[in-house]
Amino acid sequence: MRRFAALYSALDASSGTTAKVGALAAYFDDTDAADAAWALHVLLGKQGKRLITGRRLREICLADSSLPEWLFDDCYAQVGDSAETIALLWRQLQPEAPAAPGGRDGHGNGERQETLAAEPLHRWLEELLPAAAALEGEAQAEAVRELWLGLSANELLVANKLLTGGLRVGVGPGLVLRALAQLSGLETALLQHRLMGGFSPSPQAYRHLLAPANQTEAVPSRPYPFFLASPLEDLPPGAAEDWLAEWKFDGIRGQLIRRAGQAFLWSRGEELINGAFPELIAAAACLPEGTVLDGEVLVWPQGSDRPAPFGQLQRRLGRKAPGRALLAACPAAFVAYDLLEWQGDDWRQRPLRQRRAALESLISELQQATPTPAAGLLRLSPRLPLTAWDQLEPLRQQAAAAAAEGLMLKDLDSPYRAGRRRGAWWKHKRDPYTLDAVLLYAQAGSGRRANLFTDYSFGLWDGDGRLVTFAKAYSGLDDGEITALDRWIRQHTTERFGPVRAVEPLQVFELAFEGLQQSPRHKSGLAVRFPRIRRWRHDKPAQEADTLATALALLERGPC
Amino acid sequence: MALPAGSLLELTPQGLYCPAAGAWIDPQQPVPRALITHAHADHARPGCGEYWAIGASETILRQRLGATINLIPVDYGALHRIGDARVSFHSAGHVLGSAQIRLEAGGESWLVSGDYKRCADPSCTPFAPVTADVFITEATFGLPIYRWQSGATVAGEILSWWQAAPERPSLLFAYAFGKAQRLLAELAAIGVAEEVLLHGAVEALMPAYREAGVVLPPTRAVSALAKGESLAGRLVIAPPSAHRSVWMKRFKQPQTAFVSGWMAVRGARRRRGYERGFVLSDHADWPGLIRSVKQSGARQVYVTHGNSDGLARYLREVEGLSAAPLAGQGGP
Repeated sequence: MRRFAALYSALDASSGTTAKVGALAAYFDDTDAADAAWALHVLLGKQGKRLITGRRLREICLADSSLPEWLFDDCYAQVGDSAETIALLWRQLQPEAPAAPGGRDGHGNGERQETLAAEPLHRWLEELLPAAAALEGEAQAEAVRELWLGLSANELLVANKLLTGGLRVGVGPGLVLRALAQLSGLETALLQHRLMGGFSPSPQAYRHLLAPANQTEAVPSRPYPFFLASPLEDLPPGAAEDWLAEWKFDGIRGQLIRRAGQAFLWSRGEELINGAFPELIAAAACLPEGTVLDGEVLVWPQGSDRPAPFGQLQRRLGRKAPGRALLAACPAAFVAYDLLEWQGDDWRQRPLRQRRAALESLISELQQATPTPAAGLLRLSPRLPLTAWDQLEPLRQQAAAAAAEGLMLKDLDSPYRAGRRRGAWWKHKRDPYTLDAVLLYAQAGSGRRANLFTDYSFGLWDGDGRLVTFAKAYSGLDDGEITALDRWIRQHTTERFGPVRAVEPLQVFELAFEGLQQSPRHKSGLAVRFPRIRRWRHDKPAQEADTLATALALLERGPC
Repeated sequence: MALPAGSLLELTPQGLYCPAAGAWIDPQQPVPRALITHAHADHARPGCGEYWAIGASETILRQRLGATINLIPVDYGALHRIGDARVSFHSAGHVLGSAQIRLEAGGESWLVSGDYKRCADPSCTPFAPVTADVFITEATFGLPIYRWQSGATVAGEILSWWQAAPERPSLLFAYAFGKAQRLLAELAAIGVAEEVLLHGAVEALMPAYREAGVVLPPTRAVSALAKGESLAGRLVIAPPSAHRSVWMKRFKQPQTAFVSGWMAVRGARRRRGYERGFVLSDHADWPGLIRSVKQSGARQVYVTHGNSDGLARYLREVEGLSAAPLAGQGGP
């Protein structure tokens, strides 16, 4: 565990990707499979389960101390991370040990007691932490204090984060895989593929992941890594005819697999979502054996020419077994836009032109051969007419009317690649909706924004000249603006509600957002999608900010 | 909150004022008579008629406020009659020549801490505990998450960080006056005799420290280096303002670190964009603040700068002392 904590601080202290990959590779190179498997599991952000709540850890930390709860809250506001706050306070609460002069261990605990930190990571994660989590009351407190005993500040932080399941290291899966590729000589795409469908932190699974390329056995459910589009900046090279234009639908990305007499639906988050969409699994039975489709999962009311807003789909997500009423109210469809496997062969290296042609005939044959309602749920993503680049903008303008977020542009000669690689797939979103709103409340952020007011709530005017909260936004300002606004907020606070400050309603911001829906759960009766700050309107007095009526007009302008 | 009317000290727009002495302590604007706790720019400002300060800070004060200021140098512990008050300066352990100021008149005594710390510091004299009826303390690091290790421990960490990068320059950012010299003295104390390179702003403070007899490693200004002289493996100390400045461009692929008490919190380091943070402060940590308040024996405590609300509330509710935040003293 000590070595993993050291890796954590090395990753935390390096800013360049080369240094991070180097630190990761060095760690994995020098770590046995049992620990490496757990390290990988944690680094990939898969340590989902929270063993102990931050609140409980805080209770254990503060027990028998003279520190009041409110002082813990003040500390948390400064630190912005509960595991770290507890780590810092726990050290504070220990009796002062004589500092080792010139000590290199860097944590001033003098003589290091022999502690559990020396135990291997897998023992911590398989045994020590779950055992502490399973206990209750004073027995649990005792077990946690034993885990904490003699840990350095950094080790305490890592231990707490492993306990609360919130360890974020600041390296994405991409960098971790690059390090493993560097170490094993395998391609990252292969590693990515082997990881799809889950990784269990066992030494066998780790060895299997890094096994030489020919030893992989087929697993029917295993999806391909998704290819992700990048935002379009300039017109792509070449003639418009060499590009496929499609709507960018506002659903969730899905991969529908038909193999070994079974069907599997994967989300982009690598979750198997068969349970949530039984009708799509039934529809997949119409597909020939050895077929894998890439597409969009949407809610699409029968007889409608466009999908329902995202909010409808949201009602279906996360349901293990949706009831009949929900299935009828929010019927799902799968809009296919790519063919990744056909007749059991991996088609990803073939050009899109060929994949698309095969997909088109597959879907049309399907509709003719089996004109069942089930087969009708598998739709083809329409090919939009694009023969010259000057047609692009008019097409994009129609996106809102088609209930789409914008356009997708795909190079017809490109293979299907893995991950976000620029050049072959572009997303070209329609312009967001915008409203000018008044800053009403602010709250301090967390992590690197701790102790800075960075979480803002905004309001619009209602018919009676009152400001009604309608959206929260966290992003869009640069560091300079954040600092300036933070100062302004501190000087213009009118009331404090715990961590939240009400401010004088004077500052106006232009907010951009992707969608607007009616919502009885919000005070304003509206829910916005992806709100962010676009501009600080220093030029606009609060009286001239937008009204709820303006927002409602946007809502009526068309589905969004 | 404001101070009760008729107190020995009162808050004026210029800062803390003692009517009996006709003097302001660390005034924010020009006044006829200023009592200076130490020479940092937010405590010592130009334009006053008369400055009272510790003799060891004279060189730096004249450097910063002008060679011709009317400065009355005093010694630690000596008692002076200023107006109707008796005034004495006592070591604060913050930086070279820093002082707490004790004032007494009409049978009442007040102690103004200025900035202070309780850890040993080889670049200045240690904090001297003094008692008074009323104590005004700073609270820059007034949260229990702050607890310092010894300077020697941190110097050891810095030394291993520096030695682990023989091919790159190691840029250490630290406040130019006080922290930078303390770092040098701490390094000397653990046996570093190698030359350390300094940014001009740090170099300017060195004569005062050498004059005061502080043991330091050899230093040289970066600007005094020959053209093309290799910077690999060199330790360089610069003020935070030089981070990501044009000045920094001459260092190829440096490793960077910031030395400050704020570095105790991970988010604070990441926000500033340094790779490494070393936790070393010239202010009192939480245990140091509590200990100093208790040692002052004061029946009334005022808290200023930093987390004044929180520390005052803790002193009241947990320690059972009469304590209140002092408004208008640069706190948020």
